[in-house]
Amino acid sequence: MSIHDEENDVAGRADEFLQVFKKGAEFTQDLLKENERLRFRVVKLEETLKEKGHDVAAETPDTLELKKKIEALEQEKETILGQIRQVEEENQNFANRYVEIEEENNMLANLYIASYQLHSTLDFKEVLQIILEIAINLIGAEEFGVLLLDEKTNRLEPVASEGVETSELPSIDIGQGIIGEAVKSGENYFIDSMEGYERDFTKPLVCIPLKIKEHVIGVIVIYKLLTQKNEFTNVDYELFTLLAGHAATAVFSSRMYSDSERKLSTIQGFIDLLTK
Amino acid sequence: MTGYKVLVVEDSPTMRQLIVFALKRIRGFQIVEANDGVDGLKKLSAQKFDLILTDINMPIMDGLKLVSMVRNDPNYKETPIIVITTEGATEDRERALALGANEYITKPIQTMKILETVRKLMGI
Repeated sequence: MSIHDEENDVAGRADEFLQVFKKGAEFTQDLLKENERLRFRVVKLEETLKEKGHDVAAETPDTLELKKKIEALEQEKETILGQIRQVEEENQNFANRYVEIEEENNMLANLYIASYQLHSTLDFKEVLQIILEIAINLIGAEEFGVLLLDEKTNRLEPVASEGVETSELPSIDIGQGIIGEAVKSGENYFIDSMEGYERDFTKPLVCIPLKIKEHVIGVIVIYKLLTQKNEFTNVDYELFTLLAGHAATAVFSSRMYSDSERKLSTIQGFIDLLTK
Repeated sequence: MTGYKVLVVEDSPTMRQLIVFALKRIRGFQIVEANDGVDGLKKLSAQKFDLILTDINMPIMDGLKLVSMVRNDPNYKETPIIVITTEGATEDRERALALGANEYITKPIQTMKILETVRKLMGI
């Protein structure tokens, strides 16, 4: 290859390179233009969005009015919801109170029947039987006894029982042990916890002194409750005290009546003997 | 709602009065009382009752025997029977229900429960 040929070849390559460079430059120019066009478009779109946003948020009198109405309605809704909650609460309180009153009403009705039964007879044995029935059916006692004060010996003597033999029950001095203490103080006694309790005739679950005013004439002692009755309710505590008062007067008057009947029959016997 | 005849069979006069007094709160109930199972059967044969409430532990004839005999009487196949008893064991309840009692309520007296059960069984 001659020098001339070589020069031609170099010139040809340079042309080729120039052509490629030109194309590259044109492509870059195109890219820059496209970039500018897109930027412009982005700006335009942002502007449009801004404009639209501005339109939505625009506070025209109508929208202001609507907004106010919505706020007022929201407040009204909150007030109504609050009232509904209050009414529901009151309703619940009334329902609970109704149940409480019903229970008290039932207790009073039961107490009325119990006292009516207690005072329906002047037969001492019958009165004792009614006390036993009340203890089973109203209190839920299964094993229990009635001890009355013997005023001659000043001791509490067992006179009736259920679930245990009367003869098994102890005679107790006033002030002796739990039973004697309850009679001495005139206060009802309830064991702290019934859990794990084992029957002990000197340590009952419950002692209810039979009182006429401050004068104690005896005591009801409970050693076991019915299986289904595992605790005392508030109503029970009231019932115990109220019943004890009625039972005491019934026992006292029936005993007095029995004594007077006995004395009367003795006197009648004497009279018959003298007049014969 | 008038004219439902109810028989209360219970040997304890106090408990009987407690039940009767509770039932009287439902209008239109005519309540008849019986002292034991035999007395109850006599009264059941003398007139037709719409509801029977009975105790279990009673002299002469107990409540379970009464329930069983009542259920064998074609006149009382569908009559609701409520047992009210001191017996709180599950087997006692199951026995009474198996013999034909509709409901089983334990003592001490639960007035509200009795009234609720009576109303449910009588659909009132």
